[in-house]
Amino acid sequence: MSPPVRQPVGFFRATAILLRKDLLLEWRTRARVNALVFFALATLLLFAFALDANRNIMQAAAGGLLWLGLLFSSVLALGESFRVENENAALDGIRLVPASGRAIFIAKALGNTLLIYALGWLLLPVMVALYDIHLTLGPGPYAIALLLGCLSITAPGVVFSAIANNARARDVLLPLLLFPLLVPALLASVKATTLVFGGDPMDQLRSWLWLVAGFDVIYWALGFLLFPRVIED
Amino acid sequence: MTSPGDPAPAVDIRDVSKRFGRRWALARLSYTLPRGRSLLLTGHNGSGKTTLLRLIATALAPTAGKLWVLGHDAVARKDEVRARVALLSHASFLYEDLTAEQNLVILARLMGHEAPKDRAHALLERVGLTRRSSHPIRHFSAGMRKRLAIARLLMKAPELALLDEPFGELDPAGIAEMEAIIAELKASGTSLILATHLVDQGLRLCEERLHLVDGRRVDP
Repeated sequence: MSPPVRQPVGFFRATAILLRKDLLLEWRTRARVNALVFFALATLLLFAFALDANRNIMQAAAGGLLWLGLLFSSVLALGESFRVENENAALDGIRLVPASGRAIFIAKALGNTLLIYALGWLLLPVMVALYDIHLTLGPGPYAIALLLGCLSITAPGVVFSAIANNARARDVLLPLLLFPLLVPALLASVKATTLVFGGDPMDQLRSWLWLVAGFDVIYWALGFLLFPRVIED
Repeated sequence: MTSPGDPAPAVDIRDVSKRFGRRWALARLSYTLPRGRSLLLTGHNGSGKTTLLRLIATALAPTAGKLWVLGHDAVARKDEVRARVALLSHASFLYEDLTAEQNLVILARLMGHEAPKDRAHALLERVGLTRRSSHPIRHFSAGMRKRLAIARLLMKAPELALLDEPFGELDPAGIAEMEAIIAELKASGTSLILATHLVDQGLRLCEERLHLVDGRRVDP
């Protein structure tokens, strides 16, 4: 066998390879994605029944209910994305290539963001049917609010999943660590989404979106800095 | 002792200890393996063999002491060590839901191989898995997983190969192939550390021996 020809792999290339690997894993285990979708749908359906088909209450609460559904689903997605890394110590194998811990973080966080973001679009027609909501401000503001909210969940979610991954009670630990940290960003996301659904006569949407974006910058910067330390011994 | 101009030792361990909770897995271990030599690591279960291999691979960090691998500080210069060392571990480091080929191609891309698919196919052929290359490894037997893990190790063309129970789960043909691979690695100048309970087999393959009891070095 001839000696291998190797070129150094930069940060962005490593991130792209790892993101592709994560998406490939999601595609190869579609049953997991299906479970995620059905879980989110069941959550929205239960909320609809709980609110007793009261149209006004449902419309007012729709933004919050959407984010609750996405939050619960994201916990499942994040846990699963590290469970596959735990099998056969695959994450150790990637670490020892060596692959940059920061590239692993960005790839994992982007992969989960794409998944939750797609779920947010998938749930939209269900929300329209169940809660009688409208995209009063159009799909553009919804896309931005959804993306910013997803980014705020996934970056700390990946860091805490990596921490919880080594714990015995990981399924309990992840929400315990994650939910309190997400409260401010989620409140802002709920506000922004509610305005997208119900209209924005006071021109408040921009402020809420900037607030979520601010949290995103903080969460992603902290994750970028801390994640390599979390996955090392 | 190396003289000026000699390459740095493959492994230079100085008073290295590793603690898990209250238990010391390794206690003040010192040892130097010259470049290009092979070491047989023996000891009962729990004696610290796997911990030592994982420390050298930089999968773990020592609790105390100094460890240099191929001339690099294994704590401060992890990436330099990782780029040159390959570990065959009890865990295969493989993704269960991906095929054998996908597992190797991803690795080849991360390592910067110019033709990742060609490299993966060549290694699959080398370990006799060409016919199963498109099968998810979830359906592989333990022996096939071990062969794929060996292909994974060879992908790196390491300067130091760390083999933790390399003959485990292999059938007689697989054991013979593993011995041939070890001989090839040695012939190419790769330094080697082999941990196994098959002492006779190990002694045939290695020039040096380190015996561990409760994380301490003792005469075999």
